[in-house]
Amino acid sequence: MQETVSLTVNSKPVSATVEGRTLLVQLLREQLGLTGTHVGCDTSQCGACVVHVDGEAVKACTLLALQAEGRSVLTIEGVATGDTLHPMQEAFRNNHALQCGFCTPGMIMSALDLVKNNPNPTEREVREYLEGNLCRCTGYHNIVLAIIEGAAVMRGEKPPPNVHGVAAE
Amino acid sequence: MSVIGMPVRRREDYRFITGQGTYTDDINRPGQVHAYILRSPHASARIAGIDTSAAATAPGVVAIYTGKDMAADGVGGLPCGWQIHSKDGSPMVEPPHPPLIVDRVRHVGDQVAAVIAETLAQARDAAELIQVDYVEEPAAIDPVAALKSGAPQVHGEAPGNLCYDWHLGDLAAVDAAFVKAARVIKLDLTNNRLVPNAMEPRAAIGEFDRATGEYTLYTTSQNPHVIRLLMGAFVLHIPEAKLRVVAPDVGGGFGSKIYHYAEEAIVTWAAGKLRRPVKWTAERSESFMTDAHGRDHVTHVELALDSDAKFLALKVSTVANMGAYLSTFATCIPTYLYGTLLAGTYTTPAIYVETKAVFTHTVPVDAYRGAGRPEATFLIERIVDLAADELGMDPAELRRRNFIAKDAYPYQTPVALQYDSGDYFTTLDLALKAANVQGFEARRREAAGRGKLRGLGIATYIEACGIAPSAVVGSLGARAGLFECAAVRVHPTGSVTVLTGSHSHGQGHETTFAQLVADGLGIPIESVEIVHGDSAKIPYGMGTYGSRSLAVGGTAIVKAMDKVIAKGRKIAAHLLEAAEADVEFKNGKFSVAGTDRSQTLAEVALTAYVPHNFPHDELEPGLDETAFYDPKNFTFPSGAHIAEVEIDPETGHVSVVNFTASDDFGRILNPMIVEGQVHGGLAQGIGQALLEGCVYDKETGQLLTGSYNDYTMPRADDLPSFKLSTNVTPCTHNPLGVKGCGEAGAIGAPAAITNALVDALKPLGIRHLDMPATPERLWRLIQQHRSPLAAE
Repeated sequence: MQETVSLTVNSKPVSATVEGRTLLVQLLREQLGLTGTHVGCDTSQCGACVVHVDGEAVKACTLLALQAEGRSVLTIEGVATGDTLHPMQEAFRNNHALQCGFCTPGMIMSALDLVKNNPNPTEREVREYLEGNLCRCTGYHNIVLAIIEGAAVMRGEKPPPNVHGVAAE
Repeated sequence: MSVIGMPVRRREDYRFITGQGTYTDDINRPGQVHAYILRSPHASARIAGIDTSAAATAPGVVAIYTGKDMAADGVGGLPCGWQIHSKDGSPMVEPPHPPLIVDRVRHVGDQVAAVIAETLAQARDAAELIQVDYVEEPAAIDPVAALKSGAPQVHGEAPGNLCYDWHLGDLAAVDAAFVKAARVIKLDLTNNRLVPNAMEPRAAIGEFDRATGEYTLYTTSQNPHVIRLLMGAFVLHIPEAKLRVVAPDVGGGFGSKIYHYAEEAIVTWAAGKLRRPVKWTAERSESFMTDAHGRDHVTHVELALDSDAKFLALKVSTVANMGAYLSTFATCIPTYLYGTLLAGTYTTPAIYVETKAVFTHTVPVDAYRGAGRPEATFLIERIVDLAADELGMDPAELRRRNFIAKDAYPYQTPVALQYDSGDYFTTLDLALKAANVQGFEARRREAAGRGKLRGLGIATYIEACGIAPSAVVGSLGARAGLFECAAVRVHPTGSVTVLTGSHSHGQGHETTFAQLVADGLGIPIESVEIVHGDSAKIPYGMGTYGSRSLAVGGTAIVKAMDKVIAKGRKIAAHLLEAAEADVEFKNGKFSVAGTDRSQTLAEVALTAYVPHNFPHDELEPGLDETAFYDPKNFTFPSGAHIAEVEIDPETGHVSVVNFTASDDFGRILNPMIVEGQVHGGLAQGIGQALLEGCVYDKETGQLLTGSYNDYTMPRADDLPSFKLSTNVTPCTHNPLGVKGCGEAGAIGAPAAITNALVDALKPLGIRHLDMPATPERLWRLIQQHRSPLAAE
């Protein structure tokens, strides 16, 4: 059975016709063309599909599209402001916190959620928070550094010195 | 200033951090239909019949294909790319591997039928209506049991389930050394089966252009040209000129995306039949039961030592699980990428290894990050540690006593390889210092005060990378050349496009290769564009695996640049009215020595494409050069890894409290990218040692670890921050002096972690434990050794 769902995605109102079983991640990827949100598993564990729904981090494979009716969704495509990257995106780039890039959108969306709730996380807190996001490339080492740097910039502080020797831009 | 050796931020990152990467599943083609593969729920069964009539009339269904349809169309089987010969000279057994099975399934997940429908949901719904009459039969699951008489047979062609019985080395010399040995150390061990788990599941889209008769395959591949060759020549019989293979952004591979998989052939063939693009994307559970797995060895090893603790001989006997079919490079992994590495970093003068490769009713096994070298390193470094323990020696000292001397290069091992350079002493010392090994006993005591068992483990490793000299591997059974190609295309206004056969799926080639070219041609890095992954754009290239991209692909780029500079020098000499010998190229300029007269690369390029004043008698217009580079030898990265762990004896939980890696990758172009490669390898190596293990039910052959619920992937809080350092002994036979860094972490870490665990457990009398050292396994082991009653 087909139904219409209306919601806000990256600040734009959208409507789509979906089946009852259509997942939010399928709506985003297949009907709205927002392919930055990825699907890496079928058991809601990898975190590649993390988006924000009404400001909360949600795995987009755990929500039916119809459950997003009237809600506001932020995906990785909506994080930068025009050509200006969000400090967390910049921190991922400064710290080589991504390799193949597949887990990266979910990692960044989770990182933003962490910092919203804990603006000054310790390394341990970052590692524990990332339980729900799998990365197979980086060993998480540089992701942790990036999130700590991104959090500092978001707090309005000078970030810690870049351990890789990357010059600030 | 040169950009070589600088931590240049990756140029590929912008698209990934903004969600604009283009992975195969992100691509949708006009008129596209979707494929769902119906898979076997049984490990071993005969197919008495397949009834697709109800499914065929389900909503949205376009076609349903079975193996009979493909066979009737002359579709061939998936080929194996490396032929191994047994001890008796006979070739390995190569059973057929059809993309869709015809009359028998051989592992859970085997391809039974392809349902093509307008939507994926419709294809999946229809697949549920297919009636398959399976006649279940007993399954051979355990590789050692599968070799025993009376075991269920996987293929009629392979009696006793034996694919080959291979050996390498001088058995007589080894036996003689054991006779005179002062000490012999023996160990039985397993190298646990792993599931690669690149975060991007495999996907493929086949397309047929009826106007040109050309097929296109978009696929998650590490080597698009290899797929074009295998699928075109052996499976679908499509000439290369009519088949384009594109591997766009690929979300990790670790070996699992080297191989030609059935689904690639199914969607391409179906696209030709249906004249519509056909898309397939794996669900993660399909990845678990169809991506080629890794490792899965059962080994007995013996080490002979003299009275000075010098290694006299090593004798290894291994059973290697091939799974149900031979994956593309499966056969070379437990042989030429394993047995040849058994000298490790040591001077062991006599080595003998035999490997029995066995078919079982499980997913095929092939190269996974490290591929044979982690297995070799694990057994060497475990038995060396055991020897140190039994001799009461410091494990570092025993290693030093047997290391190949710094001045012994080139060093010929008794197992075929010739190491070109290395310095294991310095690398080990760097690691020992960085890990503060001197302070360890105090840390152990402090941990004991908290009720924790703390241990420290060392592992050194050598790997053979930069795969490979084609003539050498050809003589060993490879059915492919292993060169690499590059084209350096200087455009009329001086920007440069580099076409490379190396494929980047996380390695950062778009950055590292651009650094190489910016430095070599003396132009800004922004003027360099790296293109890869499309057989229609790039010359015939062999792709990315075996830590070969920079050593082989990078050298091909250097060779192409050399040709560009040589031609540019001739053009510049003409323009500057100077002798070619007097023109030198430096910092992007061709200058006449001793004068201030010069032409920039861009000026020379413009002349090459607007050849009004040009040496036409001598040269053709244009400045676009291609090179193929076939390496002269393997490269030999090496290193020393030190793990420090704490075990909670009450729960069996392990904390990796410190991990130190000191590696020698030769010259380094981008240290930030190299460190990232090591981090990732270490995580996979620690994962193998502590968390990851693919488990089949030994009776039914059901895959018990078929999802992230059951197969433990390393998470951020399972891992420490890593301490890294590098020692540099340049490779002597490629112009960059580079060795490769992609697999090192996965090679050294399993042995380092296991050695640390055994060190921690030594007070309980434990001398070995198999991977993965899960809390359950450790807790049981500790309970058994604490109280004899608990072992009952």
